[in-house]
Amino acid sequence: MIKTDILIIGAGPTGLFTVFEAGLLKLKCHLIDALPQPGGQCSELYPKKPIYDIPGFPEVLAGDLVDNLMEQIKSFEPGFTLGERAETIEKQEDDSFIVTTNKGTQHHAKVVAIAGGLGSFEPRKPPIPNIANFEDKGVAYMIKDPEVYRNKKVVIAGGGDSALDWSIFLADVASEVTLVHRRNEFRGALDSVDRVKELKDLGKINLITPAEINEIKGNADGELEAVLIRKNNEASEEILLEVDHFIPLFGLSPKLGPIGNWGLEIEKNAIKVDNTLDYQTNIPGVYAIGDVNTYPGKLKLILCGFHEATLMCQSAFQRIFPDKKYVMKYTTVGGVTGFDGTKKEAPKAVVKAID
Amino acid sequence: MEEDVKITIIDREGETHQVDAPTDMNMNLMEIVRSYEIAPEGTIGICGGMAMCASCQCYVLSDTSLVEMQDEEEAMLAEAFHVKDNSRLGCQIPITKDLEGLKVQLAPEE
Repeated sequence: MIKTDILIIGAGPTGLFTVFEAGLLKLKCHLIDALPQPGGQCSELYPKKPIYDIPGFPEVLAGDLVDNLMEQIKSFEPGFTLGERAETIEKQEDDSFIVTTNKGTQHHAKVVAIAGGLGSFEPRKPPIPNIANFEDKGVAYMIKDPEVYRNKKVVIAGGGDSALDWSIFLADVASEVTLVHRRNEFRGALDSVDRVKELKDLGKINLITPAEINEIKGNADGELEAVLIRKNNEASEEILLEVDHFIPLFGLSPKLGPIGNWGLEIEKNAIKVDNTLDYQTNIPGVYAIGDVNTYPGKLKLILCGFHEATLMCQSAFQRIFPDKKYVMKYTTVGGVTGFDGTKKEAPKAVVKAID
Repeated sequence: MEEDVKITIIDREGETHQVDAPTDMNMNLMEIVRSYEIAPEGTIGICGGMAMCASCQCYVLSDTSLVEMQDEEEAMLAEAFHVKDNSRLGCQIPITKDLEGLKVQLAPEE
């Protein structure tokens, strides 16, 4: 069991900055994120796009902002559970919480801060009527272990980088790879597009465009047996392709997910918090900060998330140490003492007489 | 106001809304939908207007002339669901005087 003071759900900019503000109060943090890397939307959706409203940065790339935040919090040694989604929360008798992920990793914390942004990023599922029946029975939305596809017949749908890259990779693993995309154009990296073309010419990838998979057919055991591919949107050009695996790769989209079932007050797909004080939710000890929360006048801005994180940490400190006296100290005055023994502080002024 | 244009938006439940859209506020169609709360918050404009999700997809029903589609929008629509020939991303349509009389229908939520 992972133990920490503040468990932060969501490793986007707000979640990362929480580590810093908590660290100044000597509180340890651990972060959970469904994505495999920290940074949230900034890393996943738009790492190369500029942001112009971070105070003090006239222009900063989203990816660079995340790198800077990681550097800023390094000495506070945050723990990370990445690639896992927070699934359940259980309040303990001592008012602490145990949060368990979809992979069963347990986290025990005195305070939970939900900095979940738009929710956890989940694969986008194509609207094929019976697709849910075949999940784990031949249909998968992400590739965890490529060996599963060795010497199997695989069909991949999608037109982005992951569809291209996995088609290339599986061309050497699977017995047959078919790539189906709605357009003739692909939007992946040029190298990948060229490589797919080469493999197509070599007969190692069966490329079907412009086409869509409209139906899934199963065998008597309810396992995937074939997909119905419609080319050029013409019924006369339908192809029934026998396959062992169907992998739709249409990118990720955020969903509030299991947090929606935690008994938190939800409004407009966001968690209601007390914005007059500390961004606490209706469950004492559970806070919600950044894009995931809502209150009158809420703005989903990174800079607002930073402010919310700062006030939330003060409240968390008082909750964890109700009897401790504390007043906020400027970092310029007090410096920053990391949990790793490092200390950053302002250089002392030199006092020296001039003869 | 005189800077406004009239736009008709059919929501995901099939209800028709006629709204005044300002041309002087640097707004786009997705933001108009949000400002009039024609689709619930959190179900539209999820990426904030970067053509990186398709939550603001709509079908253009009038023959209003619109700005030409750029690569990013085209690429996103190539991967979106429920796409038709008249699909556009609302976030890529700036509100201008030319939009007077525009009629769109919001595509279903994914």
